[in-house]
Amino acid sequence: MNATNAVSDNSSPEDSVIVRLQAVRKLYGDMVAVESLDLDIRRGEFFTLLGPSGSGKTTTLRMIAGFERPSGGHVELDGVDITDVPPFNRDINTVFQDYALFPHMSVAKNLAYGLEAKRLPRKDINQRVDDALRMVHLEDHAGHLPGQLSGGQQQRIALARAVVNQPRVLLLDEPLGALDLKLRQHMQVELKRIQQEIDTTFIYVTHDQEEALVMSDRIAVFNKGRIEQMGEAVELYERPASEFVANFLGTSNLIDLDGKRVMIRPEKIRLLVGTEARPADSWHEQAATVQQKVFLGPSIRYLVRLECGTELLALEQNVTGFSNASAIMRGSRVRVAWSRDSVYEIPDTNR
Amino acid sequence: MGSKITHWALRLWTLGVMFFLLAPLVVIIVYAFNESNIQSFPIHGFSLKWVVAAWHNEEIFAALGLSLKIALLATVISVLLGTTAAFVVDRYRFFGRETVSFIVVLPIALPGVITGIALGSYFEFFDISLSYWTIVIGHVTFCIVIVYNNVIARMRRLPGSLREASMDLGAGPFRTFYRITLPLMSTALLSGALLAFALSFNEVIVTNFTAGAQNTLPLWIFGALRLGQNLPVVNVVVSAVVIVMLALLLLCYWLMTQAGTKQKEHP
Repeated sequence: MNATNAVSDNSSPEDSVIVRLQAVRKLYGDMVAVESLDLDIRRGEFFTLLGPSGSGKTTTLRMIAGFERPSGGHVELDGVDITDVPPFNRDINTVFQDYALFPHMSVAKNLAYGLEAKRLPRKDINQRVDDALRMVHLEDHAGHLPGQLSGGQQQRIALARAVVNQPRVLLLDEPLGALDLKLRQHMQVELKRIQQEIDTTFIYVTHDQEEALVMSDRIAVFNKGRIEQMGEAVELYERPASEFVANFLGTSNLIDLDGKRVMIRPEKIRLLVGTEARPADSWHEQAATVQQKVFLGPSIRYLVRLECGTELLALEQNVTGFSNASAIMRGSRVRVAWSRDSVYEIPDTNR
Repeated sequence: MGSKITHWALRLWTLGVMFFLLAPLVVIIVYAFNESNIQSFPIHGFSLKWVVAAWHNEEIFAALGLSLKIALLATVISVLLGTTAAFVVDRYRFFGRETVSFIVVLPIALPGVITGIALGSYFEFFDISLSYWTIVIGHVTFCIVIVYNNVIARMRRLPGSLREASMDLGAGPFRTFYRITLPLMSTALLSGALLAFALSFNEVIVTNFTAGAQNTLPLWIFGALRLGQNLPVVNVVVSAVVIVMLALLLLCYWLMTQAGTKQKEHP
């Protein structure tokens, strides 16, 4: 990789933009929730708003849904200004963080709710409800009340209830936040499958960087009410535009090297012992002491201290297993090495 | 060992409290079937003659009819006003919101005598003649609190996302109200209404100050007690009221727990 890859120019034709935010702002009293925001979301893409809580990502989603009115700017859907259109007249549906299933209605009634509001013929409603239930593998649960379902099932019903309306855009507000890790990982794959199957634009809000990496076509990293960086996962990971992005996506070593602020990802640092040679002559090599060793299973994480006092995290694949488990210990003298391509200079973001 | 003693002591204490609360009611019910008209224990013999006497007393039925009519009117008005107030306080943030909330709840904290005297002099000042309408107004002041408290407690428990989800799915405010909000509030409304009805039906003090020539059932009981001639019949009437009220309260309790289990989410 080299620096010319940092900015990928994916400018696309006008008609492929489905949601456009133009100078959208949101204030709560004196507090700025979202600063003047320009954002184009393309038709059919899985777009993720990623950021810590209070970064403005959920507020942005709620402005697209119509639950919040922007303090300034415009929201467009398919080229039509919908800034003043109430949520019930927007061709957009939402999967809520707490699912918001109607507790007094059966699963089938929940799914039919949006179609009934649109006054579709009963026959079509039943057909689409059946299809949607089959899509989330819950066709046997049509008659259940939401309270009788598990958390994971409720989550899928919430998804089906939104998808069944065939909206132009589907909004998802941290929909997997309440699920345990295994189920969450399963649903990430499932969501991506459904998104491709129904070929609909998904706008997804999460604070979980891994979730964002797994599913997204493009990610916008939010911080303090603005977008720090926007792009594909690999772009954000390898070429973060700021220290914030470097730290928020994955783990980074941010160090001063030759008077520059640079980032080296832990997995790109190799630990060499004894006479072991570096992978290539062009690699940079330096002596270090192991401060800490953490066994993570598939990998081992080391904290090493360079002679200049700088501490670095290094992540090595656990390829040797038991036989070599004690080769490097706390206090071991090692050499750290990295390819010069792995050193990335963070743009100066002092604003 | 110590915990066992505590356990039994608590049991005894609980029984004592229950006895203290319920014994007077039991005594009244027992006396209602007393053969003699002199109240002494043990009773002289079982008899239904006072029940028959009460049944043939037209005064009682007139008073009962009036009480029911007033309780019904007071309940309907309280439900309308109390629910509206709860909606406004829960949904909107406006200047004086806390004050409105406080004023609505205030009448339950005021002694009935104060409310009664205040209303009495108010009606006099504006030259409003006392009728069953003035009684209804008096009752509404405290019935509204019950409805308001019930409804607002339920509204606070309903996540706002339900309303948003309804709107999101294409339902306007009106459809959202009658398909989502109202059904989810219905048990709270009903239990509030039942409690309000019971309160109004039993009320003596405020009624005393706001009634003209009208005789509600509690007023009739109160009067009969003071005259002291019809005591066995009073016992019959009070027993009947106790039983009906108990049934209402149980229904109310059942409604509230029903709503609780229905909305409880499984893990």
